[in-house]
Amino acid sequence: MDDLLAARSQMALSLGFHIIFACIGMIMPFLMAISHYKYLKTGKDKYKILAKAWSKGVAIFFVTGAVSGTMLSFELGLLWPEFMKHAGPIFGMPFSLEGTAFFIEAIALGFFLYGWEKFNPWFHWFTGVVVGLSGLASGILVVAANAWMNSPAGFDFVNGEYINIDPITAMFNDAWFTQALHMVLAAFVATCFAVGGIHAFMLIKGKNKEIHKSALRIALTIGAVAAILQPLSGDLSAKDVAERQPAKLAAMEAHFHTEKKASLIIGGIPDEEKKTVNYAIKIPGALSFLAHGDFNAEVTGLDQIPQDEHPPVLITHFAFQIMVACGTILMIVGISWLFGNWKKKSYIYSKKYLGLLAMMTPLGFIAVEAGWFVTELGRQPWILYGIMRTNEAVTPMPGIVYSFILYTVIYLSLAVIVSLLLIRQINNLEKDQDLSLPLNQ
Amino acid sequence: MLYVVIAFLYISILFYLLFGGADFGAGIIELFTKDSKKEQTRLLTYQAIGPIWEANHMWLIIAIVILFVGFPEIYTTVSVYLHIPLSLLLIGIIARGTAFIFRHYDAVKDHFQKIYNVIFVYSSFMTPLFLGILAGSVISGRIDPNATDFVSAYIDPWLGIFPISVGIFTVVICGLLAAIYLIGEADTDEDREIFRKKALRMNILTVIMGGLVFLAGELEGLSLARQLLQHPLGLMALIAASLSLPFSWIQLKKGKVNSLRVLTGFQVTMILFTLFSSQYPDFIRMKNSTLTLENAAAGPATLNSLGIALLVGSIFILPTLFYLIYSFQKTPYKIGKLD
Repeated sequence: MDDLLAARSQMALSLGFHIIFACIGMIMPFLMAISHYKYLKTGKDKYKILAKAWSKGVAIFFVTGAVSGTMLSFELGLLWPEFMKHAGPIFGMPFSLEGTAFFIEAIALGFFLYGWEKFNPWFHWFTGVVVGLSGLASGILVVAANAWMNSPAGFDFVNGEYINIDPITAMFNDAWFTQALHMVLAAFVATCFAVGGIHAFMLIKGKNKEIHKSALRIALTIGAVAAILQPLSGDLSAKDVAERQPAKLAAMEAHFHTEKKASLIIGGIPDEEKKTVNYAIKIPGALSFLAHGDFNAEVTGLDQIPQDEHPPVLITHFAFQIMVACGTILMIVGISWLFGNWKKKSYIYSKKYLGLLAMMTPLGFIAVEAGWFVTELGRQPWILYGIMRTNEAVTPMPGIVYSFILYTVIYLSLAVIVSLLLIRQINNLEKDQDLSLPLNQ
Repeated sequence: MLYVVIAFLYISILFYLLFGGADFGAGIIELFTKDSKKEQTRLLTYQAIGPIWEANHMWLIIAIVILFVGFPEIYTTVSVYLHIPLSLLLIGIIARGTAFIFRHYDAVKDHFQKIYNVIFVYSSFMTPLFLGILAGSVISGRIDPNATDFVSAYIDPWLGIFPISVGIFTVVICGLLAAIYLIGEADTDEDREIFRKKALRMNILTVIMGGLVFLAGELEGLSLARQLLQHPLGLMALIAASLSLPFSWIQLKKGKVNSLRVLTGFQVTMILFTLFSSQYPDFIRMKNSTLTLENAAAGPATLNSLGIALLVGSIFILPTLFYLIYSFQKTPYKIGKLD
């Protein structure tokens, strides 16, 4: 493994790990705050138990997200110093604001986690909401920084120099809105369905039904709405990518040849040598419509892009397919849940349906990871689209492979421990038969 | 605006050392506590730092963001030549944060607790050690941008008597801060007595280690003393810190928590001030060249937006942070004589 590949793998691993924790840390506070709100309004203990149980999840995920995020702020320099030397002053604005948002989140979390029975209940509730809002702001800001890498703005690149820097324009680059919207919705879908799936599993096991039913109603209702909105946001993103990064769209769709009335390719195995896609379902004109809103529009294929600027097609295409498939399944399940819950149908608490919900647990996160692969791999070979290549940015230090191995060991052990902790927390909730007893801190 | 940004950089480093340092120190204290007392110390540590520890570490993020946005060449130079100690620092940070939270959020208290504890205390030691090593290496001119072999480019810049002595000095300072902080947080006279003794030891150790840093500097030909003489402000700060030491000892004997905290905070601030004022505007001294906060600064547009973001941010952060610390602090009281 050469240093470039090791550095890319380490970055992918770190971000792939961080993204899960950041999503949960960003969304769960809202679920917690809703349950908390219901408790304050109704005085029903089940909502308090739920809010407290979820707050433990928030604590675990926030810390893991915070430390992995801290590591990332260093890894950017450790792995990509040449990129950061030029990019730092340009795309630093969202990071400096994110520092504030993150700080406020940590402060609010301190108030919330340790503030039960200590403050005015509504002040306490409000600190929980602030945790969610500042987490959301952090997420949007970080995605805005990533969007800048896809859609560089706020500077002029003249003879290898970065001049006329304008950090505000850089932050509000062309891609920031579509990317941030897509990511935020994805975080809602993934977290809510994962939470819902776990509670569905608990319902099948059959204890504390009231708590788990309330949990399902809160998590899945929000998750379902987000899952229904997500394709609309995806459509905005697709049109945006078609406009700005035709190579990425071509790789996502394994679209080798520029053509009018381009077909949408579903599934299939791209053959990069022969420039064809085998075993795929093709819907004529659909890609043209999705990319440009017109069935006859011309869609740029990889043949119009210099060979040395091609992103890897196979993985990008697969990742895109996986993302769309997971998203579609979640949307259908979400609709069925909303309908059943609204019409008070009995099927939503049947064992089969709960089993289906439990199976949805990882799906949203698979979609998040796959989508992340699409946006990052689809940008290759550029680290800063059209300006700087990834291989120009990598650190001169040799032996990055050892660093990669070390980080892999750390992240894997963290993943194992966090899963273990969650299982233990959940089991503990199950043991808590007497629901009138407050949970231990 | 450059000076606003520099002020924020220095302040975040100072706050990280004071608050984050006290936090690391809690783990260091635990490392040097008798096994029979460890559980008690753990509980106290959790009550004392639980609500605020995460916020304490945000200062590091602020400092890093300031560096990579406002002084990109400083950030990347450190990242390249001090890759190894930085990575070790990161491992310390991730291990410590997660172990701290895991040991309290593990619903089943079994043998895993032992693992969390071991990780927590050793990473509490390792993290400030490497922070100090990093500080020691950037000021000692060991980085060589023209180095051609691995050892002189990536090992020599930090593996030396001086950086390591600064590292140990940092560890001791953290231990001191924690001991002083925990005296006021302790519930029983017995606990207070333990931390009082530890604080006294740490105080003496700090003085000794401070002297050793100077000695190590001399051994490596840094002539810190001469540098100090050229920077009267730094020299005065160091003298002020030294003069306030006897007061600390008296207050320590009397067990007056509040004045002790203020005095110790003052001493640590003065030590850092000495460093800053004798270095300013230099940030990284390398072989044959120096990166200063002036020559390595980003352009005015970047500094303006960064400065404004920091100013606006601090309006939100500072009041809420102080309210958080205030809310969870034990009611300040006079402990009286402990002996």
